[in-house]
Amino acid sequence: MPETSINMRGYMRSDGRKGIRNLVVVAYLVECAHHVAREIVQPNREQAHLIGFPGCFPNAYAQRMMEKLCTHPNIGAVLLVSLGCESFNRYQLKKVIEASGRPVSNIVIQREGGTPGSIKAGQKWIAEQITHLQKHVTVPMTIDELSIGTICGGSDGTSGITGNPAVGRAFDKLITEGATCIFEETGELIGCEQIMAERAVTPELGQALIASVKKAASYYEQLGYGSFAAGNAEGGLSTIEEKSMGAYAKSGQSRISGLIKPGDIPGKGGLYLMDVVPDGEVRFGFPNISDNAEIVEMMASGVHMTLFVTGRGSVVGSAISPVIKIAANPEMYERLTEDMDINAGRILRDEATLDEVGNEIFDLVIDIASGTSSKSEQQGHTEFILTYKSFEPLGPACLPV
Amino acid sequence: MSEKNDRQVDVKTDPRLIQLSPRDNVLVLRDVIEGGEKICVSGTHVVIKQRIGLGHKLASKAILSDEKVIKYGAPIGSATLDIGVGEHVHIHNIKSNYTPTLSLEEENDSVTQSHA
Repeated sequence: MPETSINMRGYMRSDGRKGIRNLVVVAYLVECAHHVAREIVQPNREQAHLIGFPGCFPNAYAQRMMEKLCTHPNIGAVLLVSLGCESFNRYQLKKVIEASGRPVSNIVIQREGGTPGSIKAGQKWIAEQITHLQKHVTVPMTIDELSIGTICGGSDGTSGITGNPAVGRAFDKLITEGATCIFEETGELIGCEQIMAERAVTPELGQALIASVKKAASYYEQLGYGSFAAGNAEGGLSTIEEKSMGAYAKSGQSRISGLIKPGDIPGKGGLYLMDVVPDGEVRFGFPNISDNAEIVEMMASGVHMTLFVTGRGSVVGSAISPVIKIAANPEMYERLTEDMDINAGRILRDEATLDEVGNEIFDLVIDIASGTSSKSEQQGHTEFILTYKSFEPLGPACLPV
Repeated sequence: MSEKNDRQVDVKTDPRLIQLSPRDNVLVLRDVIEGGEKICVSGTHVVIKQRIGLGHKLASKAILSDEKVIKYGAPIGSATLDIGVGEHVHIHNIKSNYTPTLSLEEENDSVTQSHA
């Protein structure tokens, strides 16, 4: 049993998972339906979040992502917005949502009287759903029912010595209490593969972890760029290996229980690496074109919230799941205080230890899960991005337990 | 800058510099060091040529061209030039052993890649 005294409550879903939020999600299924979907959300932006897929060509990965996201435990009802002629399989998506027991409706703009008729019908449906959702009764929730993701974005030379290892401490504590924790971006673990493999629960999983990082290195080599932005260099990072060593610290010290791909939902607690680099030849361009693509993939694998470490100062949040922003750099924290939930930069000034900041992150995770709004939620951030990819199913060594 | 009484600091190294692992040949700045400052690095007195920012790193020992640069106890790239004690270690004198590093120069808005 978890030792920490907590009072979390969640929204029970039919698959046994519990949500820490109870939102309506509005999903446009092609860019051509984006404006209508955005206008539908506008009057109720706090309770209704906008997500979508811009492409008109079908893609198995995007289909799976949307199915997982629309049945995420934080979601209580779903409105799909179609133009009508796009290739996205809205029939299958609607069936999956119906099977989850959630109310779902599909507005097809070409049938609903175009823009004004669709917006009116959509807003009416959302208002009704919000009224229903407010009647939902919560149930007690424990730490071992939580799933937490972590990413770093806008990294600099402070990320790897303050924010990232502090998240590692929080992860270790969450995993001890039975939670599921996911770290990711194999392209930002280049150079760490051998030490990481030693933490795998089986040697076969260790080999799979090494292979996933090699795949990332080869993928990025063909693209000609590492997962490295210009601002990383300005912040003191010189190479992808240096950025990787800092990013790796987010994973803490726990044993690694498995390797998953976007949309795979771990069946039990522990630490998991998410392989975000597509399989096969380079086809659709950069694996994740910006930080929110990674948050979206971890949400598809069920994370209730994301711990986001930033040195340069990212301000993003996310649709569906809260984002906790951890400032690694004390100078940046002073400039972007209203966007940052935690100041891990204090470690550099001897004002806090890694353990103290790790505990602070752990406590905030429980608070946010209990309903407190994160800074990005307070500022209304609901970023979302989903693009084309292709994956093969997991190999047999990836989930040994 | 705060006091460093609860932290193990090498008396011969400026307290604004941290060593992350004993194997490292670079130190990380936990505060800015201005150009012209005379500081102590591993017992050697050096004059810092240009301002070095928080989170950047400088050499704690001489690093020869092609030698591995070690931080967190792990190689983070190779030197492209001989680097002296106390010199700024960054994209102008080290390179990745995997993929090139992208940087932007504000003065002329140019994008440069240092090649791996």
